[in-house]
Amino acid sequence: MTGPGMTSPGATPGGIRFDQVSVAYDGNTVLDRLDLTVEPGEVMALLGPSGSGKTTALRAVAGFVRPSSGRVFLGGRDVTDLPPHRRGIGMVVQQYALFPHMRVADNVAFGLKARKAPKSGIPQLVADALELVGMASYAGRYPRELSGGQQQRVAIARALATRPGVLLLDEPLSALDAQLRSGMLTELARLHRELPDVSILYVTHDQVEALTLADRIAVMDRARLQDCGTPQELYRSPRTEFTASFVGNANLLPVTVADGHVDFAGHQLTVSTGDVAAGVSATLCVRPHLVGLGAGPNALTGTVAEVQWRGSTHRLYVDVEGHRVKADLRELRETPAIGAPATLHFATEDAVLLPVGAADE
Amino acid sequence: MSSTGIADKGRTRRVPPIVWALPPVVVLAPAFLYPLALVVRQSFSPDEGGTSLSPYGEVFASQSFRDALSTTVWLAVGSTAGCLVLGFALALVIAFVPFPGGKAVARFIDVFLSFPSFLITLALLFMYGTVGMANGLWTDVTGADSGPFHFLTTPWGVLLAEITFFTPFVMRPLLAAFSGLDTAQLEVASSLGARPARIVRQVILPEALPALAAGGSLVLVMSLNEFGIVLFTGAKDVTTLPMLVYGKAILESDYPAACVVAVVNIAISVGLYSLYRMVSRRVGA
Repeated sequence: MTGPGMTSPGATPGGIRFDQVSVAYDGNTVLDRLDLTVEPGEVMALLGPSGSGKTTALRAVAGFVRPSSGRVFLGGRDVTDLPPHRRGIGMVVQQYALFPHMRVADNVAFGLKARKAPKSGIPQLVADALELVGMASYAGRYPRELSGGQQQRVAIARALATRPGVLLLDEPLSALDAQLRSGMLTELARLHRELPDVSILYVTHDQVEALTLADRIAVMDRARLQDCGTPQELYRSPRTEFTASFVGNANLLPVTVADGHVDFAGHQLTVSTGDVAAGVSATLCVRPHLVGLGAGPNALTGTVAEVQWRGSTHRLYVDVEGHRVKADLRELRETPAIGAPATLHFATEDAVLLPVGAADE
Repeated sequence: MSSTGIADKGRTRRVPPIVWALPPVVVLAPAFLYPLALVVRQSFSPDEGGTSLSPYGEVFASQSFRDALSTTVWLAVGSTAGCLVLGFALALVIAFVPFPGGKAVARFIDVFLSFPSFLITLALLFMYGTVGMANGLWTDVTGADSGPFHFLTTPWGVLLAEITFFTPFVMRPLLAAFSGLDTAQLEVASSLGARPARIVRQVILPEALPALAAGGSLVLVMSLNEFGIVLFTGAKDVTTLPMLVYGKAILESDYPAACVVAVVNIAISVGLYSLYRMVSRRVGA
């Protein structure tokens, strides 16, 4: 199934473009002027909390919601007015949505028959798709005879059997337990390597899935695109407070910019202030795992509010002048007592200065 | 403690299940079972006395019985088929095509089930009866002596009335089945390239088959026994088994023959009801 140009009749070439797409229900805007391009062969994760508009965006691509304004393009073709069955996409949803009265092979063959693929070629295409997801030996079973992970593999095979240029994945792993999810993430990454021409739009609220799988992540909140970049960019240099908080659960400290440093609750912290003028209020973003315990540069002194053991790490919550600072530390031999004084520190290069309210722009 | 027994010094004495069946049997026996037994006994009791199968022989040999049986069967099968087709189409629209007032229509289906069968026949009489609104409008507009609508007193009129009355009995289980259908299946099918007709045929219909079978069985049984609709349409040439029972017992005072027809009707109904229960159990209703 690999190789460029291998698309079935009716399938769309890769690439998705949202051009100022808005969706509103009864005057309530659930997607607001989305501008986003997914390149052919790219995995784009739409990441955001519930109600952020990410699923609406996916459904607009699939054709299940009609934009109130803007256009949707698939492979350079304007599909805004096309019904779903003419868009030539593949789709996998959270609860698999396998047809329960059909055997696995019939489920996978469904799209091929619907798109009028030559009958003689269907068995081989079905076998190829099932082989791709490691389910070839389950072709004769009914969905109820499969585990959740196996059902999800069949759902992926069904979506890929038609060899679509665009694959839409709507929270595909959220119904699986943690172990299965981890395994399926590896499988999806492998599938993407084997199908390099397929554009994948992956909707999730799980940052780990997005960071693991996506070439780029589009962060959504309150119906709008907040940020977009590679996982590394978003993690290391978030452009908004929301991104910094949602991706990696960063510490966001309110600071005032001074000459060559920032002031935070009586502490003078040395960070790169860039072009931000002195006297301006800003937000300092520091990842919890980049915060150390004990004296060091940019030390913050406070009292321990909570200690959580997380297996290989401890998370410390330290109250510094009324602000709670999180630190993820390698498992401590001796954990500090709650209420005990504690000093945290971080390196200058590990902090990012964000303009206040950047998320709302 | 067992629900059917009492603890006595560490031992549980079970009450035989037959004991629990006695109270309803005691109530039903004089009101229903005994009269039913009398009907069966009467069917084996010819007017000349004794016990024999001769009433069955005479009834089975009569043309009127054979006509009534065939009329009953074709009306029942026809109205069941009509209800299945119409009920499936209407339930599809109500369940999957959003329109203003859709929920109110779905609730009305429940109310409709409680209507007596003669009511719908009366409504049709008002519309299409010999002196109904349709014929009245026709004569007003054209000045003719009578209107063209006289089908209500034919078998087709009975069929129309039965389909109108029994269709909600198919829709109710269908709507229940559709409400349990994962709409994501329909969306995925659509994304895979399936047009609406294929989705109905290959995704929705297979899922709805048990509900269709349950609703269809129910309608078949009910239409086999329907009396009020046939009577109220005034279709003199339409004689079904229940009408034949009425004619033999009340008009001809031929009780053995009436009881034979009744026993045949009961046998067909019980057989079909057993089928209905079997299907219902499979559906989980």
